[in-house]
Amino acid sequence: MTTPTIRNSRGLEQFFGNIRDVVGLNILDMAGANQENINFLTNLGHKLYASDLVRSIDDTFGSDLAEQNSAPRIEHFLQANFNYLPDSFDGAILWDGLQFMTPALLAATVDRLHMIMRPGGYILAFFSANEKMSEVPAYTFRLVDAKSISVTERGVRPAGQVFNNRNLEKTFARFESIKFFLTRENLREVIVRR
Amino acid sequence: MSPTPFRAADSTSINNIGKAVRVEGRIISREDIFVDGQVEGSIESPESKVTIGPNGRVKATLSAREVVIIGAVQGDVTASDKVDIRKDAQLEGNIASARISIEDGAIFKGSIDIRKPEPKPSPVAPPQPVAASAPVAAPAPPIVVNPPAAAAPAIKR
Repeated sequence: MTTPTIRNSRGLEQFFGNIRDVVGLNILDMAGANQENINFLTNLGHKLYASDLVRSIDDTFGSDLAEQNSAPRIEHFLQANFNYLPDSFDGAILWDGLQFMTPALLAATVDRLHMIMRPGGYILAFFSANEKMSEVPAYTFRLVDAKSISVTERGVRPAGQVFNNRNLEKTFARFESIKFFLTRENLREVIVRR
Repeated sequence: MSPTPFRAADSTSINNIGKAVRVEGRIISREDIFVDGQVEGSIESPESKVTIGPNGRVKATLSAREVVIIGAVQGDVTASDKVDIRKDAQLEGNIASARISIEDGAIFKGSIDIRKPEPKPSPVAPPQPVAASAPVAAPAPPIVVNPPAAAAPAIKR
């Protein structure tokens, strides 16, 4: 594992800017539970729902991307990670987990997110901006403050598909709006409003 | 030979559920509990600490002053003081606690609700004698100490 670097995140800044001055929100954090994120989010007065999206992808589908097209496995994955009532969440921080999903799994996951997010709620997700690589770097992210994150590279993983602005807009077409920010690590930080 | 006199456990003793032990049901304790075996049901120790050891496999709700998890727990955890999730621990359930500590390497899935302890009520003033001629005041409305919380997202089972 490499040394963590701390950098500003425009996406994060937008995410927290949108929920500023509000307490008691339900926030879904898919980084896997860690002390920094727990402290930051609970100190803002929010209730945190934690799960590790990338670990769950590995546990459910293994390393073979073709397994992500299996409908029963997709349903199992959704039950394990997004089994909440409609309109449950005011915010969801998905980090870079969605970029490791094939189109079938991503479409099912985004549909479920649309259901469990409250109208007006925000999703933050990161996608590789490199459209030619079949493998993309994976990172561990930790919240530092409302504008910056600690980023640690943890190797490369096969990309589920190529992500560009156009297909991200299609992916989140049911949502109200989508906004992109490009980062130094060649990531697209994406803010989606339900 | 006279029988060995029975000695009650002192207040610092720990109830140990060893790794070869399996318990089904409700455990209630006023002393610390160390679970290194299997428990299904519930564990309640409101004044003390519950520790799930490295071999502990627990499918139960845990309620205690302090909960330390080193092994695996499936169930909701409530602690009036602190929940401490150690490296290699696995917890699937919802946490409600005043404080939480989680080490890198721990696996957790569920919600975290930080509940600051209720401030202790100020001492009640001693009752004053009521003058014979003074009108008797109407009783005050009841004080709701814990109003019902807003509905939280329910996990569909």
